[in-house]
Amino acid sequence: MQKTGAQILIECLLKEKADVVFGYPGGQVIPIFDAIYGSPLHFILSRHEQGAAHMADGYARSTGRVGVCLATSGPGATNLVTGLATAFMDSIPVVAITGQVPTHLIGNDAFQEADITGITRPVTKHNFLVKDIKDLARTIREAFYIASTGRQGPVLVDIPSDVQRAVTEFIWPENIEIRSYKPVQHGHPGQIKKVADAINESKQPVLYTGGGIISSGAYKEVIELAEKADIPVTNTLLSLGSFPQDHRLFLGMLGMHGTCYANNAVQNADLIIAIGARFDDRVTGKVDAFAKKAKIAHIDIDPTSISKSISADIPVVGDAKTVLAELIKNVKKNSHKEWLEAIGKWKKSNPLSYKNDEKLRPQYVIDCITKLTKGEAIVTTEVGQNQMWAAQFYKTNRPRNFISSGGLGTMGYGFPAAIGAKLANPKKQVIDIAGDGSIQMNIQELATAVLNNINVKVIILNNHYLGMVRQWQEFFWGKRYSGVCLMKGSGCPDKCNKPQSKKCFTYVPDFVKIAEAYGAVGLRCKNKKDVISTLRKTLSLNKTVFAEFIVEQEENVFPMVPAGKPLDEVMTSLA
Amino acid sequence: MRHTISVLVENKFGVLARISTLFAARGFNIDSLAVGETENPDVSSMTIIVRGNDRILEQVEKQLNKLIDIIKVIDFKATKHVERELALMKVKVDKSNRTEVLQIVKTFRAKIIDVSQSSVIIEITGKEEKVNALINMIKPFGVKELSRTGIIAMGRG
Repeated sequence: MQKTGAQILIECLLKEKADVVFGYPGGQVIPIFDAIYGSPLHFILSRHEQGAAHMADGYARSTGRVGVCLATSGPGATNLVTGLATAFMDSIPVVAITGQVPTHLIGNDAFQEADITGITRPVTKHNFLVKDIKDLARTIREAFYIASTGRQGPVLVDIPSDVQRAVTEFIWPENIEIRSYKPVQHGHPGQIKKVADAINESKQPVLYTGGGIISSGAYKEVIELAEKADIPVTNTLLSLGSFPQDHRLFLGMLGMHGTCYANNAVQNADLIIAIGARFDDRVTGKVDAFAKKAKIAHIDIDPTSISKSISADIPVVGDAKTVLAELIKNVKKNSHKEWLEAIGKWKKSNPLSYKNDEKLRPQYVIDCITKLTKGEAIVTTEVGQNQMWAAQFYKTNRPRNFISSGGLGTMGYGFPAAIGAKLANPKKQVIDIAGDGSIQMNIQELATAVLNNINVKVIILNNHYLGMVRQWQEFFWGKRYSGVCLMKGSGCPDKCNKPQSKKCFTYVPDFVKIAEAYGAVGLRCKNKKDVISTLRKTLSLNKTVFAEFIVEQEENVFPMVPAGKPLDEVMTSLA
Repeated sequence: MRHTISVLVENKFGVLARISTLFAARGFNIDSLAVGETENPDVSSMTIIVRGNDRILEQVEKQLNKLIDIIKVIDFKATKHVERELALMKVKVDKSNRTEVLQIVKTFRAKIIDVSQSSVIIEITGKEEKVNALINMIKPFGVKELSRTGIIAMGRG
């Protein structure tokens, strides 16, 4: 049957089961929007293309399916870049469709033209410019295939408006074959045997698992391996939730703001089995001093991740779930009583904690969220202190329940990601844990949430600061709080380290009024005694809610390993 | 360490940009790059000459392999291979030195492919060192223009 390019695109998206598409219209995608009109495609209009990209990303992280976003040419397309880079750094399957000026105008500096395939080349797994309508269906099929296989990632498809308007026979390519793209699934049996032998011989092993566990769905295999060989497990930020938090073998997160005992275990291990993790510098600390006593076994689907920063003694290229299934068969049942006792002592001497006094501390708010939701809610985070406190204190035993921008550290990510996650999981409670700085980066998506009845809760931990940078300035830059006070106005003194001054503004912005202006519910809590009741009310309302908690202004995230220091040089307080 | 890397790629627009972006993003300078169609018109061959330590080059090779449009990557470091480059140079000549230039060209088994009253164009193919040697010999006469293709390579046998 003859169809326009725009109609073919919609058909392809429906065939790929992209049940929700997030986006924003513009001149060069009007044919596509015309094809959406009256189609079964569920389209969500964001208020900024960056929001649309993060929504698609949140949808993908919470389901494992490909998230789709759509934008026009030029500024619409360039506004997607941060969202694509976020998905790229964390290996999230997203397909971005952009409109482009007509083919005859490409390269002419036409109105709203941008070389978006050129611009996004470093932040996408792959991208396409479709110059012939005959290539369109196959290209969309390839885009979804590339995004969702191997090391997953974002793929962009740029479609000129004349290609959207052109007409051809729609032929859906059932099979896909890309000569130059053959992701490895199965690990080399000899290498897997070597890892198994190393595990069987090891006295002090640690399993260090990353986002690859989530994307390959290898949760059960990790638990089985850990229990069979009696190995403690530490998660990266991206894999939190993939291992039960209350499991006797769980060490919590490692790295800069990881638990002292996870970092101690890594530094004293004789074998690290890294699975689907990439030795990010926030994890390793000083590379030369990372796990010096340990042999490193590294299992990853992406060969470029192996030996990139930490040299692997036993590399295994393959899908985590497939490799682990083979590994478990070769691993002997074991017990590491002494090793676990040593870790137990570290757990007791340096537990993850905060001062539980009368003050309203952000960690307490997150603790209460865990208690009230029993860890069943999907929590997204913004970036900064709020993110690290959420990682430390929101305890979930379910994969895809903790969603955060790890690699790129994108402020403004959490709220739109929460909207995407809620649309994909309408029956689940979805909560964005935010700071007052981050939430202002994509606050316009309140309109998207309210008008689409998207019941997400935004918990704003308001300390009137860009808290993480302020923390670094306090620790390492002589408390010179430069450019971090969100209350600083023209009447403020040039140098100000007294945030509780009576001259300070009270609320800028007034988040309660902002919520109300958009038709959402705004709540404010200033006292510790009111936290539970405010949270209960927040969670019980079937509406978009901004719940603001005025927390201790100079609360810090501990433990902290200063950047570039070894993991065992940890700060647990400022004293 | 000098590496000669041969890359077979899909013959599509944008592929060269992908590869050069990959090198540029890691701060590598490409010493030489030559691209052309292979016996299969859907496939192009690129020969890239780049310098770097083995560990970094191993990463580059892995990263190249990761690009969707790349079919095969070979680092000729440990493989017997031949390398060739083509250069054209327009050289100032007059009656007094034309014979001398022709003698040099003959010695290098190069060719004169254009002659005028005041200049000749010399064509040479060979290893990079041979091309450099001829250029050095010709320089004193006055090289008006020089154009080199970059090196192409092929495994022996």
